[in-house]
Amino acid sequence: MSGLSLWLRYARASLAGQVRYPGAFALQMAGHFATTLLAFAGIWILFRRFGSLHGWTVGQVALFYGLVNIEFAIAEMAGRGFEIFGDAFLRTGEFDRILLRPRWTVLQVLGHQFRLRPLARLAQGAAILALGLAATPVRPALFTAPMLAWAVGGGVAFFLGVLIGQAALSFRTLESLEIVNVLTYGGVEAGQYPFDLYAGWFRVLMTWIAPLGAVTYYPVLAILDHPGVPPPAIAPLAPGLGYLFLGAMLLYWQSAVRRHASSGS
Amino acid sequence: MPIPPARIVVEDLHKTYRIATRAATSPRPWPFARRAWRTIEALRGVSFVIEPGTITGLIGPNGAGKSTAIKILSGILRPSAGHVSVGGLVPWADRIRHVGRIGVVFGQRSQLWWDLPVEGGFALLRDIYRVPPDRYRARRDRLVDTLGLRDILDQPVRQLSLGQRMRAELAAALLHAPPLLILDEPTIGLDAPSKLAVRAFVQELNRTEGTTVLLTTHDMHDIEALAGRVIVIGHGRVLADSPFETLRATTLSGRRLTAEFDGPAPPLLLPDGVTPLSQGGQVLELGFDPARIAAADLIRALASAADMHGVVLSDVSITRPSIEEVISRFYERHGAAG
Repeated sequence: MSGLSLWLRYARASLAGQVRYPGAFALQMAGHFATTLLAFAGIWILFRRFGSLHGWTVGQVALFYGLVNIEFAIAEMAGRGFEIFGDAFLRTGEFDRILLRPRWTVLQVLGHQFRLRPLARLAQGAAILALGLAATPVRPALFTAPMLAWAVGGGVAFFLGVLIGQAALSFRTLESLEIVNVLTYGGVEAGQYPFDLYAGWFRVLMTWIAPLGAVTYYPVLAILDHPGVPPPAIAPLAPGLGYLFLGAMLLYWQSAVRRHASSGS
Repeated sequence: MPIPPARIVVEDLHKTYRIATRAATSPRPWPFARRAWRTIEALRGVSFVIEPGTITGLIGPNGAGKSTAIKILSGILRPSAGHVSVGGLVPWADRIRHVGRIGVVFGQRSQLWWDLPVEGGFALLRDIYRVPPDRYRARRDRLVDTLGLRDILDQPVRQLSLGQRMRAELAAALLHAPPLLILDEPTIGLDAPSKLAVRAFVQELNRTEGTTVLLTTHDMHDIEALAGRVIVIGHGRVLADSPFETLRATTLSGRRLTAEFDGPAPPLLLPDGVTPLSQGGQVLELGFDPARIAAADLIRALASAADMHGVVLSDVSITRPSIEEVISRFYERHGAAG
């Protein structure tokens, strides 16, 4: 059985556990949906008051908002095992159990939990992205659709990379590091606005080191055909940085696992 | 295709842990504080060979290095020095292939999924270990029958009693038909019938399938019932490696004799090789070395002493020291008591 189908088996097993109490589950989803919706309502009210922000219309900001929330929601659904790795695997010795099984550690941790809760964020992100696309002139669907898919893939890779890096760090601290939430939850907040609002150093950092901008801001520039830096001809390549970031974090993970085997628990 | 039997070769195994102790007196705040390190030598040169198809007990007091050795053999820990080969594989270097060929049961930790029914966990393991469906069905049915799991297959693991869970764990560890089974305290916390069931199953598995079994335990009855051979580890070294009977003979060969009289126990001039253990009212307890005095001679002496004092020797029992006594005496002698 291939890695992907095994992961699907894990996901099915995890889902079976989560919907055991459907009432509680539905309430939880509704609450989650309401909280994230409030955030966008805040942005919308801001625009009602000022009309536009730095030349951006509310429809354009909806694209940023929708895209980053879709990306993070998908990463959160799959990457929960890495998010809670320190507490759920290292402190409990659960990680030994992973090592005792003849499969890649990353696959097994991904399979630990498939979370449905972020579906609320996903649905809402998709709705707002659709609204934004309807309200804003963008390049033809033949370009925009594949561009969005490529960007979402890059964004999921970026956020998964952050969660995997966080887990790899926790081999040193034995705790899940809250500080990394700056990049996950903070990243979602930052990615909801156009990047040219931010200071130059921050943009460089969040494009080349932790390439959040490369999976949110630049792909939206590309579908808007918006003049800016980089030129719209290069902007479509930007999400590739998200995949590279994931690759780098996986290498870091592998080395952390090797070091863990030498140091013992 | 059957996996080749696993011969285990362990040569001069060392494992040193470095443990950080935060210097309490450091003037600098935590992230900048100089860390003090303490080294712990968990293993200092352990060597042994285990032949395929045997059952071997690995025992030793707490903190002796057993768990470290088990972790290295299971491929989840890398030693500081030394060599290990299990069926030709180096466990930590070739982890995925190695763990696909062994089954491991930790008495204190579940390998199953807490929220899944037993059967669901088995099916997931089938996919993890890539067991072909037809072989899986045959294997599962056999394990379910021998371990009596039929009635609990659809129960979530969290609802099982410890005894039921341990039987399910054994089945889970054996679905992929590994030639080597590592059991780490498999009977801990079990009631007597469950212990017996686990022992009988392991014995049967070893006999019918030739599975090599390596077992750690603090329950010496596990060792007595199962292991032809014991390796005693203490202070990170192999203290003894022999059949259990040899260990018993060289450690505590004495017998204990309890004599009861129908009146006050008579005074007795103790023959050579006999030591008084206790005396109270009508009961007399003696220790004796069967190599120096035959049981018959001792009983005869007791009977005639009773005659002389006008009482009757009404009952005699002779026991060997319990296996726990043998082992704790052995640990004491090697200064290895935990």
